[in-house]
Amino acid sequence: MSDNLPLTPTPLHDWHVAHGGRMVGFAGWSMPVQYTSIVEEHQATRSTVGLFDISHMGRVLVDGPDATTFLDSLLTRSVADMKPHQIRYSLICNEQGGILDDILAYRIVLKEGDPPGLGMVVNASNREKIVAWLQSQVGGHDVEIRDVTAVYSMIALQGPKAIELLDPLTPFELTSMRYYTGQLMEMTGVDCFVSRTGYTGEDGCEIICDADKVVGIWEQLAELADKVGGRAVGLAARDTLRLEAGMPLYGHELSESINPVEAGLDFAINLHNRDFVGKEALVEYRKNGQHRVRVGLQLEGRRVAREGCRLLRGGSEIGVVTSGTFSPSFERPIAMGYVKDTSAALGTSLTVDIRGKEHSATVVPLPFYQRGN
Amino acid sequence: MSPEDLLFAKTHEWVAVAEENGAKVATLGLSAFAIEALTDLVYIDLPAVGRQVEAEQPFCEVESVKAVSDIYSPVEGEVIAVNDALPDALEILGSDPYGAGWIAKIKITDEAGLSNLMDHAAYQEQCK
Repeated sequence: MSDNLPLTPTPLHDWHVAHGGRMVGFAGWSMPVQYTSIVEEHQATRSTVGLFDISHMGRVLVDGPDATTFLDSLLTRSVADMKPHQIRYSLICNEQGGILDDILAYRIVLKEGDPPGLGMVVNASNREKIVAWLQSQVGGHDVEIRDVTAVYSMIALQGPKAIELLDPLTPFELTSMRYYTGQLMEMTGVDCFVSRTGYTGEDGCEIICDADKVVGIWEQLAELADKVGGRAVGLAARDTLRLEAGMPLYGHELSESINPVEAGLDFAINLHNRDFVGKEALVEYRKNGQHRVRVGLQLEGRRVAREGCRLLRGGSEIGVVTSGTFSPSFERPIAMGYVKDTSAALGTSLTVDIRGKEHSATVVPLPFYQRGN
Repeated sequence: MSPEDLLFAKTHEWVAVAEENGAKVATLGLSAFAIEALTDLVYIDLPAVGRQVEAEQPFCEVESVKAVSDIYSPVEGEVIAVNDALPDALEILGSDPYGAGWIAKIKITDEAGLSNLMDHAAYQEQCK
């Protein structure tokens, strides 16, 4: 919580504080870790809606005639074939195939008839690194890279009731919006970029708008959420939600010393007829198989295996926990970690060393939680 | 028990010292402030009765959804009782932190650690 550098408040900072938000430092931002109970915030998102301030996420625009070929040369999935309004999860790797960040790439149509532009949302903790990386890779490309994180704010409404709550606030028929698409629309009279994306395992939207307009939208959404039993949700429940949904988090499951193949993110690699930084390394990783694999773990008892706990099998160390929590949905400890490929089969029994005591764990399928349709 | 009658450690334990069968016994729990800060408790690892504990050393842990926290003994001594009701009813820690939410009783063999404890007013000051 104590950070040497002053923390950057989001435009919603005063609202968070006024509503009991416990503010903590996260990637240089002052963010609410929780307002009341993590379990209640988690359950609200699973059963109705949760409202999240995600203004800390990095927002970067790439413009110019070479924007598409430029990003295509850096992202593990193609950008060139993205349709207008489409959003695509992708990775940015270094030459060695190590993951620099996992991101969303956006084909944004600012005005009907205009050529689409490109945007990215990157992890808060990686924003400066990625902007510097993009700049270092420009070479002969005619592009303009703009870090617009501070210009805009970003919030998410997630949960089974999210779309029906948002739909009346905009002339656009949100229910017809496809997953992983997004577009500009008016919401409560404010110009917003709304996308059907999220990081909770639930249906819902993420909304980007001018930083000075976000408080009004947030207040309306908080009021609507309250009427259906929903509420504002802090970073702690955002973490339990994404962990149940089996989603990796940079700095935990992903880092520069982990490659996308062992991270189980094969779906986010497209080697076909294209070249990008890290491609040769990824070709090798695919050919040689992985020596370690990201797995889901279910534990006996109620003690939580947290990041850094050693995983053992037959007395030898075969892996490590990268994220762990007590799952509010299943009321038992769950974790993700990396294990040797020979210990990654579903059902494999392991032990986990939690502060010097060994506990039983089993390799289980990811995700832990999948929403019903 | 009223918090005004208790002593508090900077690590958020409360202590009540009383004579029991000719020995000085410290009853210990966690402050309301600590329970409120932890929230979403999921697990408590109680020490074994008979365990020797050292002053200002962890001897038990409590886990919330977010993190695990050590509980420190303010005194040197022997654990003579633990609150067996807690593991299955962690909510007692929050509903009655200074009464039914007691965690352990320690028969004091060296009470030097008691001099490092604060009264309730000083502890309240620390929690601001």
